[in-house]
Amino acid sequence: MKILVAVKRVIDYNVKVRAKADGSGVETANVKMSMNPFDEIAVEEAVRLQEAGKAREIVAVSLGVAACQDTIRTALAMGADRGILVETDAELQPLAVAKLLKAIVEKEKPDLVILGKQAIDDDANQTGQMLAALLGWPQGTFASKVEVGDSAATVTREVDGGLETVALKLPALVSTDLRLNEPRFVKLPNIMKAKKKPLDVLKPADLGVDVTPRLATLKVQEPPKRQAGIKVDTVASLVDKLHKEAHVI
Amino acid sequence: MSILVIAEHDNAVLKAATLNAVTAAAQLGDDIHVLVAGHGCAAVAQATAQVAGVKKVLVADASHYANQLAENVAALVVGLAGGYSHILAPATAAGKNMLPRVAAFLDVAQISDIIKVESADTFVRPIYAGNVLATVRSSDPVKVITVRGTAFPGAAATGGSASVETVAPAADAGVSSFVGQQLTKSDRPELTAARIIISGGRGMGNGENFKLLEDVADKLGAAVGASRAAVDAGFVPNDYQVGQTGKVVAPELYIAVGISGAIQHLAGMKDSKVIAAINKDEEAPIFQVADYGLVADLFVAVPELSKELDKLKAAG
Repeated sequence: MKILVAVKRVIDYNVKVRAKADGSGVETANVKMSMNPFDEIAVEEAVRLQEAGKAREIVAVSLGVAACQDTIRTALAMGADRGILVETDAELQPLAVAKLLKAIVEKEKPDLVILGKQAIDDDANQTGQMLAALLGWPQGTFASKVEVGDSAATVTREVDGGLETVALKLPALVSTDLRLNEPRFVKLPNIMKAKKKPLDVLKPADLGVDVTPRLATLKVQEPPKRQAGIKVDTVASLVDKLHKEAHVI
Repeated sequence: MSILVIAEHDNAVLKAATLNAVTAAAQLGDDIHVLVAGHGCAAVAQATAQVAGVKKVLVADASHYANQLAENVAALVVGLAGGYSHILAPATAAGKNMLPRVAAFLDVAQISDIIKVESADTFVRPIYAGNVLATVRSSDPVKVITVRGTAFPGAAATGGSASVETVAPAADAGVSSFVGQQLTKSDRPELTAARIIISGGRGMGNGENFKLLEDVADKLGAAVGASRAAVDAGFVPNDYQVGQTGKVVAPELYIAVGISGAIQHLAGMKDSKVIAAINKDEEAPIFQVADYGLVADLFVAVPELSKELDKLKAAG
């Protein structure tokens, strides 16, 4: 089978993100960028399926500025076979991303799409579900285990009360949760090899998709900072404060 | 225009997160309808009709709604969407799974995880793990929204008298099926509804040691939570996780034990009213948000905490 993975370039998860003083966005100048951690898990899962002999080809897709090529190269170094970048400087919101991915899915005809359950920048948690809906596909979101058969996939999902298992007819979409796997570290020889793997670049117009944002961001600001309180010396003093001062126990 | 809220339930009980979503809906308008899609869910429909502020309950009862499969519930919601200016669901695992499908079918953006209603088209939502709040305005004809429960108080579960109307089920999409579930059994309160939460991190060392926290939790009527590190290490099940991508909580008291305080964890609990932290590392970032910090070995401090709570109880 063929697997398509979608990968997003985001501010690295270790960076403390700050709002710009004028409220127009967040500081991105000189900030480290990485692949969205949930998408790394998606790539890892696809590569493991390929290593297990279940997948023939893995195509990694990213959408956004030219530098998203780096994110695709990371996926290629992890084991994806080729890349597609839909290049644009325009702001891409989840619905537009889902439409672009749908157009690529229609060209590539994968049996399985795997992507992260959410991107750690906009925290929207929408793209996978929207893509599945636009394709009329079933979805296994927040996956912690994926088993792929010939015509169906069984996906164990992390839900509020524990775990839930669903069976999905292929083609299907899977969005990854944290416990699905632990992504591999990329080795230097693989980074070198990844540079030679094919990477096509398209524009949204080539796919006939209107990417105009539907949400206008009027302002971004940091929430009020929580102040550090006091240190107590003993457990007895902690209980006393929680009881007499904070009145919470 | 009317507002549609999607009820969260398990065919037997209406989940509290629905009440938070009803409160958000009430800030948008007063003609609030709630959809109960399920199977054998008449009791839920009756309970929903009692919720203050709800005008009409729509019930779709069919076997293919029994387990809230997103493919089937979304198709139903899309069929009902005409005539609604806003469609809301709680930002729970079920709501997050299903509602973006509705938005995509309607060709509109979804506004995820709102924490404030500014106006009928403008909302505030956290981004970057809550380090930044974005105010966004939707230009779409229908606003499709998930609601962060901790940001809106729950509507009263009683006092309402909505009409209950049966709606025809949509067809079973037939592409997905429910296989089974493993739900964590607990007599303690649910994390998202608990007044007090005690959470453990990597410092707990293993799953067995969470018994120390459970002992304290039972004395306080608290829920037990965990950081991602503790869940990844297999100490406790995934549904314990508090954080950016786990559960978001805002209890009266949050006690963080052996949790360093990564920004991803803080994202899930920093709106708690009072935060207490026990950690042996005095440099741990958790102390920067804690109202009360205790630098101590948790394996000494937590049993002592249990004893102090006994004393407090004895003193009445």
